[in-house]
Amino acid sequence: MFVVALAGNPNSGKTTLFNQLTGLNQRVGNYPGVTVERRAGAATIAGKPAQIIDLPGTYSLISRSRDEAIAFEVLTGRTNDPKPNVVVLVIDASNLERNLYLALSVLEIGLPAVVALNMMDVAEASGLVVEPKKIEEVLGVEVVPIVAPSRRGLPELEAAVARTLAEPHAPKARSWQLGANAESVIGDIKEALIARGSPPASADGEAVWLLSSVGTSEKGRADEEHLILDGPLGEVAELAKKTLVNEPDFSAQVIAARYQRTREISAQSTQRSRPVERDLTDRLDNVLLHPLGGPLVFFAVMAVLFQSIFAWAEPLMGLIESGVGLVQEQVAVLLPEGALRDLLIDGAIGGAGNVIVFVPQIGILFAFLAILEDSGYLARAAFISDRLMARIGLHGRAFVPLLSGFACAIPAVMATRVIESRRDRLVTILVTPLVSCSARLPVYTLIIASLFASDERVLGVFSKGGLLMLSMYGLSILVTIGAAFVLKRTLLKSPTPPLVLELPPYRIPALSSVVRRVVERCVVFIRDAGTVIMLLSIVLWALLYFPREVELPPALLAQQAALSNETPEEQRTAVEAEVRAERLRQSIAGRIGHTIEPLIAPLGFDWKIGIGLLASFAAREVFVSTMGLVYGVGDAADEESAPLRERIQAERHPDTGLPVYTPLVGLALMVFFLLAAQCVSTVAIVRRETNSWRWPAFMVASMTVMAWVGAFVVYQGGRLLGFQ
Amino acid sequence: MTLDRLASGLDARITVVDSSSPVMLRLMEMGLVPGASVRIEKRAPFGGPLELRVGGYLLSIRLDEAKKLTVET
Ligand SMILES: Nc1nc2c(ncn2[C@@H]2O[C@H](COP(=O)(O)OP(=O)(O)OP(=O)(O)O)[C@@H](O)[C@H]2O)c(=O)[nH]1
Repeated sequence: MFVVALAGNPNSGKTTLFNQLTGLNQRVGNYPGVTVERRAGAATIAGKPAQIIDLPGTYSLISRSRDEAIAFEVLTGRTNDPKPNVVVLVIDASNLERNLYLALSVLEIGLPAVVALNMMDVAEASGLVVEPKKIEEVLGVEVVPIVAPSRRGLPELEAAVARTLAEPHAPKARSWQLGANAESVIGDIKEALIARGSPPASADGEAVWLLSSVGTSEKGRADEEHLILDGPLGEVAELAKKTLVNEPDFSAQVIAARYQRTREISAQSTQRSRPVERDLTDRLDNVLLHPLGGPLVFFAVMAVLFQSIFAWAEPLMGLIESGVGLVQEQVAVLLPEGALRDLLIDGAIGGAGNVIVFVPQIGILFAFLAILEDSGYLARAAFISDRLMARIGLHGRAFVPLLSGFACAIPAVMATRVIESRRDRLVTILVTPLVSCSARLPVYTLIIASLFASDERVLGVFSKGGLLMLSMYGLSILVTIGAAFVLKRTLLKSPTPPLVLELPPYRIPALSSVVRRVVERCVVFIRDAGTVIMLLSIVLWALLYFPREVELPPALLAQQAALSNETPEEQRTAVEAEVRAERLRQSIAGRIGHTIEPLIAPLGFDWKIGIGLLASFAAREVFVSTMGLVYGVGDAADEESAPLRERIQAERHPDTGLPVYTPLVGLALMVFFLLAAQCVSTVAIVRRETNSWRWPAFMVASMTVMAWVGAFVVYQGGRLLGFQ
Repeated sequence: MTLDRLASGLDARITVVDSSSPVMLRLMEMGLVPGASVRIEKRAPFGGPLELRVGGYLLSIRLDEAKKLTVET
């Protein structure tokens, strides 16, 4: 089987072409060791089976970091994939200059290639006449005009690929020159490469690549060391660095010379049939980037996006939850009572429910993102929010993920994919769980309603409950920004990412592409994060469930024995709930609660709250139902239920008789929930998106410490100030 | 004159690029090289980024970077 790699600029139509070639035979995964997604699929080209690899869209082959190096590594066969037999260079005909720049960089390393001149319809509509034959003469490879979405030119493209496969030949050699000094530097490195076994046809291009790449790595960053420079390239890298001392602006010279050449080729092969006119994009930008109108539209769009994942997903999630409940009931009827049944119902099916319940939010957010991206607005949104985000040290593109975090960290973390720089993406991923997500709301509500006179008016207009809630959100925003600020300056130290952002022309998004991306994201989530979420859910369930053999206090045993058919229903449920509560208190989780009590006592929490904290790892809102179980008011308790509130108010320390829950404890608890990483699903998705366990481990550890310190400061500080 | 001081809607040509930082090399790779023609299409308010037209497409960069590009009209 032969391998075809698709390379091109972002927005050149690469993915559209890839989808046309592979249909549904494709798979999204990760390249090992980096956070770049690998997209590959199978196709039949000229009757032969082929593997198609869609490279990440890039403007250049120069590699400043591991992530950026992927394109080069795939092209030269340095990853797990075999070296491509043919490279298809996807070029946007309506934007030849910049697209040809990448094409030249790829052709210079001497790979057999075919140019797919895409977006011919766009070029024609804007009055550009592009002549493929002229480009072909200059580059020495076949150039096929296509329109990817409508398959125009695709058979010809496949035929050209087949011809190149049958008779692979290197493209024409580099067609630009530098000054004598720089040329001799290239010559030295080229010779060194050939001496170490590089094929002469590609040695010149490799020399230029190597010199530009080692010459542009950011100083003080370790990334450069992470380039996989094996073979001749690795052996010569040191020499290249040394030679560059005399030619410090080598990279700039290369870029300028290559662009000069690009401009010439573009000028030779295109003509204007009519002068440039103001197009739709210009007119829309007049409104959407207007100093006043722009931000207004931006806020409106963000409000709709926020509303949709916050509120519109709710009914779907409710539906899924009741569906899971229904399945659980059915299974309960089918199976005999026992640990196996409980494992299946509460552990496995509950765990699966824990996975699927995120699908609506992920689906809606990614549908939105796909529409925003394909329409061209996402880049404008980054343009508008850049000023704000740059202050924190982040890219404008971090805005949408952070905003989504208010609904749920899972889709938000997945949405950080649009952020280019690895460090900035990591910072955004790590701070997103600090944004107060909707799963924290039930906890806040329960605490506020139980411990504070929440309806009491403050200053006439505000209610105490509302103000408390608002301050939790305010605190969350401050902490998120603060954490990003600190991370950017310490662990993930990097300069504010430059805003180098292409603003693509506005287009009407294609439904098929939107649907495709939504499905793709949901599949990736269920496949890559789902198993981890399920496993962790089952572990948590077991902690709360085992051991089954517990000693019930004599009084309770007597009550249980006294139950008969005449016992009023109410009393029966009360006794049963108390039995369950006793079991839970003696479960492994209960024992852990006891064990960690000395740790959480300084925060004002007792061991029963400890059980709740542990259980809420399944999902924060589980805290509410767990406390219902612990206090023997049943697991159906929600944040609105009066018995649970009364029980919380009535809870006393057994030794002192003082109330366990004071407003101060409530405040500490809310702060703890705000800051703690209590959510296995977030852990699972952070693992998936960072492609390692290191970052999720760091996230849980640091957030737990922050939560402890935060609650400690609130509780002990409050006591020092004389509050109870 | 540096690019940040160019009036909106005016065609200019880049003469010098201060290429001492990786960011500027990246901008060069996006087409902001000596000899290229540029025009400022939009300015974001409060000293926000610029929308440039360069080599047939729209590119957005911050003022800090624009200051490192010398242009002539
Ligand atoms: N009119 C027209 N639109 C096209 C053509 N090819 C692609 N598009 C559209 O251009 C947009 C971008 O195409 P993609 O295939 O996502 O581009 P890409 O190169 O994969 O971009 P990245 O995923 O950012 O690397 C989509 O909305 C496509 O529908 C074409 O030949 N003509």
